[in-house]
Amino acid sequence: MTSGPLAANGAERPILQVRGLVKRFGALEVLKGIDFAVAPQELVFVIGPSGSGKSTLLRCCNRLEEPDEGSIMVDGVELTDPRCDINAMRRRIGMVFQSFNLYPHLSALRNVTLALRKVLRKSRREADEIGRAALARVGLSDKVAAYPAELSGGQQQRVAIARALSLEPKIMLFDEPTSALDPELVGSVLATMRDMRESGLTMVVVSHEMRFARDAADRVVFMDGGRIVEEGTPEKIFTAPENPRARAFVAEIAR
Amino acid sequence: MSAFERFLESFFNPKLMLRYWPDIAQGMLVTVEIALAVLASGLALGLGLALARSYRIAPVSAAIVVFVDVFRALPPLVLILIIYFGLPSVGVNLSAFAVLWLVLSLVLAAFAEEAIWAGILSVRRGQWDAARSTGLGFGQALIHVVLPQAVRLAIPPLTNRTIAITKNTALGTVIGVGEVINQAQTAVSFSGNATPLMMAAVGYLAIFAPVVALGAFIEKRFAWRRA
Ligand SMILES: Nc1ncnc2c1ncn2[C@@H]1O[C@H](COP(=O)(O)OP(=O)(O)OP(=O)(O)O)[C@@H](O)[C@H]1O
Ligand SMILES: [Mg+2]
Repeated sequence: MTSGPLAANGAERPILQVRGLVKRFGALEVLKGIDFAVAPQELVFVIGPSGSGKSTLLRCCNRLEEPDEGSIMVDGVELTDPRCDINAMRRRIGMVFQSFNLYPHLSALRNVTLALRKVLRKSRREADEIGRAALARVGLSDKVAAYPAELSGGQQQRVAIARALSLEPKIMLFDEPTSALDPELVGSVLATMRDMRESGLTMVVVSHEMRFARDAADRVVFMDGGRIVEEGTPEKIFTAPENPRARAFVAEIAR
Repeated sequence: MSAFERFLESFFNPKLMLRYWPDIAQGMLVTVEIALAVLASGLALGLGLALARSYRIAPVSAAIVVFVDVFRALPPLVLILIIYFGLPSVGVNLSAFAVLWLVLSLVLAAFAEEAIWAGILSVRRGQWDAARSTGLGFGQALIHVVLPQAVRLAIPPLTNRTIAITKNTALGTVIGVGEVINQAQTAVSFSGNATPLMMAAVGYLAIFAPVVALGAFIEKRFAWRRA
């Protein structure tokens, strides 16, 4: 990826720009006006108590949830515009889920190649080539033929990452990618994410992996009650947050 | 003549077996034909209805629910009689074979829709999310991701149901379809002996024992672990 002359003078357009986002489930207002931007190659961490709306925020960013109000721009395209081809946009927005969500009836390679074949209309040969490369990138060259049930949680999550990566997304959204994993499997997934970060991918990560946040995140956003109440460098948020709720929360997850 | 000999005489009479086996064989062929036709059209229609219901268009779903409930609730015999004796009075003449095929297909379709739809509903939302997040459209996610899993879940309940409904081909005898029971009954009334019915029973075993075994195999084959 070329970061171009724009990156140098700091005037680059954000990859993701959320403005005034409101989301309700019935009478329950879950997101109460979110403003949020992610610059190219930035890694933003999102933390906050359970129910604060972190997952909903991510899911609105590729319209898995329909926003009720506000605007969501991805790479300069307004997702809430009725004329927006949402399927075309979604493949540029990779998403990784807490529960992996691999297709259990397909091998690792077929999990990766399905969208390549059906969305990007690649030939089987070309899709297989890209799929194998994506699996190699996450360290799973030897598992192309394995079915999800034959893989460990960490391996499944890496296949899921490969599935998203293979579509060459502009931005990747991670919703608690390691919280369903046994502690000894977390490292392999974080290593993969670190590798993606180093290759310049733009990432939004909902996670409570503080160590990872401290050495990989550019910025940490703290959400509470459907709002972003504080944001800053990992250093600031994890050591000296101003908001009392953030302070209590950080103390809690640091234990 | 001992009681045992009399039993053999009236249920397993070799002379009658020899005389009637061509009729019974002919009946078995008809039974297999109807069963295969019902299997193909019933499952195809049931699948189509389950897919149509996935789009959750209210009037379409309502119509499917009514269809499914009616055809699951009414005994197939009632439907066969109504259609066979009722349709001619509105000017539609269907052969007995066609009526039997139509009714059993619709009944199987109703049960198949039910089973596949239940399968579709029980596929976890995360599967849809993952598929849609990679840019697959609703129909693509349905066909390539959700349906294969739904069908696997539907196969065990559907296998037994399919066997039960194809066995209902025997109901064709009441409207004179020349399937195996009908042939046997005719032979019974001519010979005054139950041997042809026993032959029909053996004929059923020959047709359906492999089907039951195949069903068990399919169930095992598709009972894969969820990731
Ligand atoms: N589909 C839905 N229907 C109704 N309410 C929902 C739905 N999805 C989420 N909610 C509610 O929205 C609120 C925010 O949920 P969300 O999953 O975004 O929180 P979260 O910050 O990701 O929490 P967690 O850390 O537990 O994952 C919660 O109160 C939740 O119950
Ligand atoms: Mg969540």
